[in-house]
Parts: sequence; structure tokens; C-alpha cells
Amino acid sequence: MKTEDLISMLSTNVEVVDHRRVGRNIGMAVMAGAAVAVATVFFVLGPRADLTTVGTFVAPLLKVAFTFIILVPASIYLIRLTRPGGERRSSSVALVALPFIAIMLLVAVSLQFAPSSHWKGTILSDEWLECLISIPFIAIVPFSVIIWAVRQMAPTDLARTGAFAGLVAGCLSATGYALHCADDTVLFFAMWYGGTIALCTYAGWKLGPKLLRW
Amino acid sequence: MAANEAELRALMKASLAGDAHAHRTLLNQLSANLRAYYKTRLARIGRSATEAEDLTQEALMAIHTRRHTYDPAEALTPWVYAIARYKLIDHLRHTRASMTDLPIEDAEELLAQDDYVGTESANDLTRLLSELPDKMRRAIQAVKLDGLSVVEAASQCGMSESAVKVNVHRGLKALVASIAREKRI
Repeated sequence: MKTEDLISMLSTNVEVVDHRRVGRNIGMAVMAGAAVAVATVFFVLGPRADLTTVGTFVAPLLKVAFTFIILVPASIYLIRLTRPGGERRSSSVALVALPFIAIMLLVAVSLQFAPSSHWKGTILSDEWLECLISIPFIAIVPFSVIIWAVRQMAPTDLARTGAFAGLVAGCLSATGYALHCADDTVLFFAMWYGGTIALCTYAGWKLGPKLLRW
Repeated sequence: MAANEAELRALMKASLAGDAHAHRTLLNQLSANLRAYYKTRLARIGRSATEAEDLTQEALMAIHTRRHTYDPAEALTPWVYAIARYKLIDHLRHTRASMTDLPIEDAEELLAQDDYVGTESANDLTRLLSELPDKMRRAIQAVKLDGLSVVEAASQCGMSESAVKVNVHRGLKALVASIAREKRI
């Protein structure tokens, strides 16, 4: 095939193209993922039973607020990364790690005030295994929806884009799970929410080059 | 004619608005830049001009089918270069060549050269088209090769107008995918 023939083919009947589709489609995928995560928690696990007075809403709201602090910048970076060359414009990725560092500092401080014999009980409380399994599982559908949307775009750093898709899916899942999980200690939250979100990010980083190739 | 950023960007904006003439001019200019870029890179590792032409066509198709990912508020050259570089790395990876050093900062270099001497690529359009599902093949034939309007193509193919548009879009993507698949064998 001659390149000039290809060019004539491509430039016959050129369609109008909307460049705002990128942000809109990724944004819609993230919101759809959020809806799926919340619905899964409500209908499969059930919301936590102790939400009776206004005061009991504080702990889950704090957890949701924390995941949103990561979710919002991560979604913005994800949209940037889905455009060719977007990796050059996301050099301040470290910003996303700041909330993690902040909560780890919080953990370090809270450990100062707890005798070491309590650590094990706090970290390995009744719900740790459920949390460890639930967050990655709930993240699967949001991750798939996001990957499907990203595949319509043109990321050129597939591993990093995959990692951000995993991070966003992990945050959505953790947000949903926070409505169920009744363990409100900071140590538990940092360890298992932080850990599982990091796990989702790692999975996305590994899967990105396979799933996103174009 | 050496290309420049401002000129190309104006062409791209017109092409996004549906200007076929601007789209053709843009693709023609970019094909020359891409060809020069790929020829230089591939010659260094002892690859043929046919391979450079294959890659030029692949990159052109990617630029065409993914042009909605260009943000008009940004410069065009880095966007084109990122696609060109991505397609080259992907090509080298899937043809088992050692990875060459391709710095991401090299966007300017892309416009520094052009090459209008095209050879024929190994992609056989007629054969690739014949392997597409019937609806996609007929839609592409009518709209992209015979130059019929979407309305005319719809009545000729017995499809709705939106079905014609969808089939052209999917068909082009399927063409890109089948070219990529053949390379991996």
C-alpha cells in the first residue's frame, strides 16, 4: 500500500471530532466505578449497623474524605496520562503519595501512645482479613470500566497509566468499603486500606502494558 | 517545505472541525516527518525502508483514529512525537530488536527533517479490507474509498447513517489491529 493512498482514504469524509471526550469519558468511567463499588458494598456486605446517630457518621466520613484526597488528584493524573506524551506532564506524581506519607506519620504518632502489646490486636483485629480480600475484589469492576475507557484514548506510558487506573479503582473500592467496615482505628485504616490500595496500584502497573496496548 | 508548529497546529484544529482538505495537508506533511524519523532510526539498526514505511502508515492511522486525544490548548508537535515514539518502541519490542535509546525530550527533532520519497509498505490494503467483517468493509469502501457522503453510503449499503459512521470508525480500528497482529507473527 502506498502512503498517499492511505492518506486519501483517511482524509475522505472527515468527521468532526470532540477533544473534550477524553476528560468526559474517563470522568464518567470513574463515577460509574464509584456507583458499582458503593452498590456492591450495600447489597453484598451491607452498610455498617451502628450508623444510628449523627456522631457515628464521623468515622466513616473521615475515611471517605481520606480516600478522596487521593482519588481526586489520581483521577486528574489519569486523564493526563491517557493523552500521548501525558507522562511528561505528570512529573509531580509524588503529590499523590503525600496523603500516604501523612497517614503513616499519624500511625507513627499513634504508636507512640500505645503499648507494643496492643499493636497486634489493633492491626490483626476481627476485620483485617475481610478488608484485605474485599477491597481488591470490589475494585475489579471499577478497574475494568476505567481500563475500557482508557483504551479508547492513547496512553504512551502504559505501566504508569495502568498504575493510576489501579490506584483510582482501589480508592473507589476503599470508599465503598468504608461504609461497611466498623473498625475505626487509624492504625487499622492505614495498614489495610493503605495496603490494599497500594496492592491495586501495583496490579494496575503490572497489567497496564498488557491491557492498554494500542 | 519545512513544517512548523504553528502551521501544523492550525491545520489540526481545522481538521478536528471536519475540514478534509486541512486533514489531508496535515497528514501529508506529517507523513514526510514520520518517514524521515523512522528511516533514520531504523537505518541505524540495519532495518529496511519498507519497515519505515510500515511504521509511517501505522503512526498515520493512529494519529487519525486517536485525534480526539489531542488537546488544542497544547502544542501539537509533542503529541505527534509521543505517538511516533510509542509506535517505534512497540514495533521494536514486537520484532525482538534490542531497545534503542529514544529520549522523550526529542520532540523538536521530528520536525527537523522530512522525506517525501515514499516506498510501498508491506501492508496490502485490498487484502486487509477483504478480511474485515462485511458491514465494516462496505462502509469503508463507500465512504473512504469511493468518497460517497454518509447519506449516499447509507442508502447504498442499506444501513442507517449512524451505522455507516460506526462501521467506518470500527473498521479503521480493526485495520490498525490487523496490521499490528500480522507483525507479531
